Amino acid sequence: MDLDLISIIVAGFTVSAGAIGPALSEGYAVGKAMDAIARQPEAAGPLARTLFVGLAMIETTAIYCLVIGLLLLYANPFVG
Amino acid sequence: MGNPFSPHIAFMIGPVPISMAVVTTWGIIVLLALLCWLSCRKLQINAGRWQSVLEILITGIDDQITQIIDENKVHFFPLIATLFIFICLANLIDIVPGLSSPTAVLETTAALAVITFFSVHYVGIKSKGLLGYLKSFTEPNIILLPFTILSQITRTFSMMVRLFGNMMSGQFLMGIILAFVGLLVPIPLMILHVLISILQAYIFTILATVFIAAAIAEDNKGD
Repeated sequence: MDLDLISIIVAGFTVSAGAIGPALSEGYAVGKAMDAIARQPEAAGPLARTLFVGLAMIETTAIYCLVIGLLLLYANPFVG
Repeated sequence: MGNPFSPHIAFMIGPVPISMAVVTTWGIIVLLALLCWLSCRKLQINAGRWQSVLEILITGIDDQITQIIDENKVHFFPLIATLFIFICLANLIDIVPGLSSPTAVLETTAALAVITFFSVHYVGIKSKGLLGYLKSFTEPNIILLPFTILSQITRTFSMMVRLFGNMMSGQFLMGIILAFVGLLVPIPLMILHVLISILQAYIFTILATVFIAAAIAEDNKGD
């Protein structure tokens, strides 16, 4: 196999692996936030803000994987 | 499908290439300046329709900021509000046919993240003094100093990559779907992209506010 083909396959695996973890953890975080809002509806404002900041942090890993995938496809330093 | 890392050059000024993203950014700046000038020419106590819309926007942003941070210490509402309005407009401008968001290019988001990075340190030094601010890096323990410095850099980097990744992947996804089916199918995804655009502008602004709040906080809670 040449490097182009390997890069394409690995890019696919990178994005899929990077999607699974954040998806599970974001679901968990949103579920917990829903629990908290159901228990204390008056705290919905600060909870939602903290949730968004936390989701952004979790999402970062997925976006790093996306960037690695794009680097492999478009800006691969080992493919001429 | 174009390479998302190489900018689309619009024209050259001497030896300096000017990319499409920069031209769009200039357009947004002119648009916002004109809008501000036109809507602030005759302000009234009894607000008209347009003035009410603007007042709701400005007080909304102000509410969000004051919930996070003590506004009496450092007044940086102008920076945060400008960041939010600019990023929001820059994200949403790719609804207009023929234009693409400047935030879908790595350089624009890098500039925004660098502005945030320097304003965090400026505000920190201004409120604690240079020595006090440097000392806050050694808390809770001096062994953690490399990690504290590393986290300062990586969170700026991830702000940059987050905005870029979200905007660029939205455009990319749209391009791929349009290549398969052109009629009606992309519309729900476009609506989702509008939602994501506003949400990312909100997240970038809130993160910048939280980082600035952490820099001036008495006990260094970090992020």
